[in-house]
Amino acid sequence: MSATLPASLAANPRLSQWLGFSSDGTVVIRPGKVEIGQGILTALTQIAADELDVALPRIRVETVTTPTSPDEGVTSGSLSVQNSGVALRHVCAEARAIFLGVAAQGSGVPVDALRIEDGAFVGPNGAIGSYWALAERGLLDGEASPGSRAKPPAARSMAGSSTPRLDLPDKVFGRPRFLQDMRPAGMLHARILRLPSRAATLRGIAPGALPDGVTLVRDGSFLAVLAEAEHVADKALNRLARLAQWDERDTLPDEGAMPAWLRSAPGDTSPVAEHDTGAAPATRRIKRDFFRPLVAHASIGPSCAIARWDGDAIEVWSHTQGPYNLRLDLAKALHLPVEAVVVHHVEGAGCYGHNGADDVALDAALAARAVPGRSVRVLWSRADELGWSPFSSAMLAEVEAGLDEAGDIAEFSLDVTSNGHSSRPGRGALPTLLAASTLDPPFAVPVAINMPIKGGGGAQRNAVPIYRIPKLRVGMRTITDMPIRTSAMRGLGAPVNVWAIEATMDELAALAGEDPLAFRLRHLDDARAAAVLRRAADMAGWSGRTVREGTGLGLAVARYKNLGAWCAVVAEVAAEAEVRATRIWIAADLGEVVNPDGAANQLEGSAIHATSQALKEQVRFDRRRVTSDSWETYPILRFSEVPQVEVALIDRPEMPPLGAGEPAFGPTVAALANAIHAALGVRPRAMPFTAANLAAAMEAG
Amino acid sequence: MIAFTLNGAPTALDLPEDVPLLAALREGAGLSGPRFGCGVETCGACHVLIDGKSVPSCMLPLSAVAGRSVVTVEGLGNEAAPHRLQAAFLAEQAGQCGYCLSGILISAAALLATNPDPDEAAVRAALEPHLCRCGSHNRIIRAVLRAAREGAVA
Repeated sequence: MSATLPASLAANPRLSQWLGFSSDGTVVIRPGKVEIGQGILTALTQIAADELDVALPRIRVETVTTPTSPDEGVTSGSLSVQNSGVALRHVCAEARAIFLGVAAQGSGVPVDALRIEDGAFVGPNGAIGSYWALAERGLLDGEASPGSRAKPPAARSMAGSSTPRLDLPDKVFGRPRFLQDMRPAGMLHARILRLPSRAATLRGIAPGALPDGVTLVRDGSFLAVLAEAEHVADKALNRLARLAQWDERDTLPDEGAMPAWLRSAPGDTSPVAEHDTGAAPATRRIKRDFFRPLVAHASIGPSCAIARWDGDAIEVWSHTQGPYNLRLDLAKALHLPVEAVVVHHVEGAGCYGHNGADDVALDAALAARAVPGRSVRVLWSRADELGWSPFSSAMLAEVEAGLDEAGDIAEFSLDVTSNGHSSRPGRGALPTLLAASTLDPPFAVPVAINMPIKGGGGAQRNAVPIYRIPKLRVGMRTITDMPIRTSAMRGLGAPVNVWAIEATMDELAALAGEDPLAFRLRHLDDARAAAVLRRAADMAGWSGRTVREGTGLGLAVARYKNLGAWCAVVAEVAAEAEVRATRIWIAADLGEVVNPDGAANQLEGSAIHATSQALKEQVRFDRRRVTSDSWETYPILRFSEVPQVEVALIDRPEMPPLGAGEPAFGPTVAALANAIHAALGVRPRAMPFTAANLAAAMEAG
Repeated sequence: MIAFTLNGAPTALDLPEDVPLLAALREGAGLSGPRFGCGVETCGACHVLIDGKSVPSCMLPLSAVAGRSVVTVEGLGNEAAPHRLQAAFLAEQAGQCGYCLSGILISAAALLATNPDPDEAAVRAALEPHLCRCGSHNRIIRAVLRAAREGAVA
């Protein structure tokens, strides 16, 4: 038995904060993680049903509301089941023990003679009580105690099964479920006039009428219009855009010279890992660079928020990943005590990291200040979403590696250069919310940071190879100038680092005259990594593969964050006018899998997202503004381009659960790059892997 | 006042003629199925059936549907009586965030109405106007093919 509580529970130890029973026969669970399209509500309900022995339909999930819900920070990093699931399992198992103990005492039936049937406590002579009968006794008012009472894995009946997603029926029947669908009584619609370029300031507004009944809000360079009807707010925004007068200047680097910008921009260098066993030095070396441009979240639904002021307090409805973190930054930006801000989470469209969800919440708060007592809904435009959400940083990974005389890896170094991968709210002295820097007086924009490697890191995530390497050095340079705002996106630095490592592994294998699979396996001491690699290779028929003109297979493997799930990917590409991904095979070891179909859905989805990013995506900008602010200028993978995806899970019910949303991302990018070499003989050096970038790589040799 | 048939029922909305149909459906008719994704007919989230044809509703003026039949995802079916596509999407667990599904279901319904036995290529082609950022495409394709199969049996 573990003597410590799960981390989320240690921070929020009161049992009733997580769990409640009602005399009407229902159960409420209150996780601190939120639904962002990953299916977490379903997985957590399964865990609770198992430990409590109640039927699934009895359980309702209450989404996060400050300050009553557990504070589990941000729903990110593939940690929803890992953190919230483990905490809820502990809470439910402890609650079960407490309730059974009280029932035993009251009835005289020994605990060992009691079992639970859908919430009813049943002894040798029939039912003697239930959770519902004891619901009002305050049995969960105490704090969680260490020591797991959870069922052994073999006794679970719900966790481990592919329970259908609880949120999907609402979505296929078009019922209101998203924040975008909320219509509180008396709600006004607001639109924000974003700056025309990154460093623009408002000089003034030319005289001219806005539509009748429209309220204009101005604070510094922040401009909003409010109207009773949404279409009127849209009209007012168009009118205002023609009246606003701005001062603008060039502040952005040259989009075509970003690798050079990354090399020359000011930054802080820090070591990530280093060791030297004193083995024989390399006799054959290679030196390679890998570049990825800025990329966008590109959520299908534009960010949305609703805010309502009541005197000096404000309530906000948001699809943020971190309601408590957002609350802290709203308080800073609005000069309010934290207690005056309440944030309610409501589902939004798919979220893959720190997008515009937090920013639009401040927009709504600022707009709503003009109309106390009324709910104000702000919906971003597509251009806002693609042009102003935080991006994932441009990155450069520079690798040097070598083989010894025997063909074993002797040396490996990787230096990653990037802006920070977190501008998340709630973590610094200044608010990181977009509009804060446009107010009068403005807040300075905090530069994005890279979190320490211990928690998974930022730019340096997955920069340390999982292979046996006698002489290793990994370093990171975090750029401290941030002309374009960057923050967390699916995988953080992992997609680029895994690509750099796994492309280098393929080159080293070629140098050693060995098959990429055999060469990797020979350098892997991690049995779970080797197992997923073998499995993915088997699925794809790697060893019996035949070469067809213009097609190729590539493989790659990584352990997400070097401390999460293991995932191997084989990709097949066909070289046409552009490279097309045709098939992807994924093998993953996620430890215990609570919902196999949900996990497969996450792995498939992230592989398709990664394929889109690897083959197509790039944020475009001129010297003043981001120009890729439409689906035409920021294209993503379409139905005609989506590869078939096959997933295998290596289930280990006795091992801790590990998240599924990100582990396939880096290996997919890398496997595609390696497949492109197999198909075309060119090793990609820059994402996206477009015909133009591949031609440049071929020319460079 | 613009009169048209909405999900089978006569409807009249007292909104300016140039209000986009999407805004009229959400604000005027109180629906939530058709979704705003881009506002310029490039993502598919707002598709509705107009006289049986799947079209984006975000730029179309309300006046354009006067006297015509508009069907949204709410009009395809409900939990008690789901359209076979809705049942198939649930059976295949075809979705993650689900924001794109209303529009995709509409285009799939239009496809099956004209081509009851589509192959995978035909499904992909019919869904080409639609973006899904979560990467649920393969499940969605399987769901449409399943609905077609089950329609053939029914």
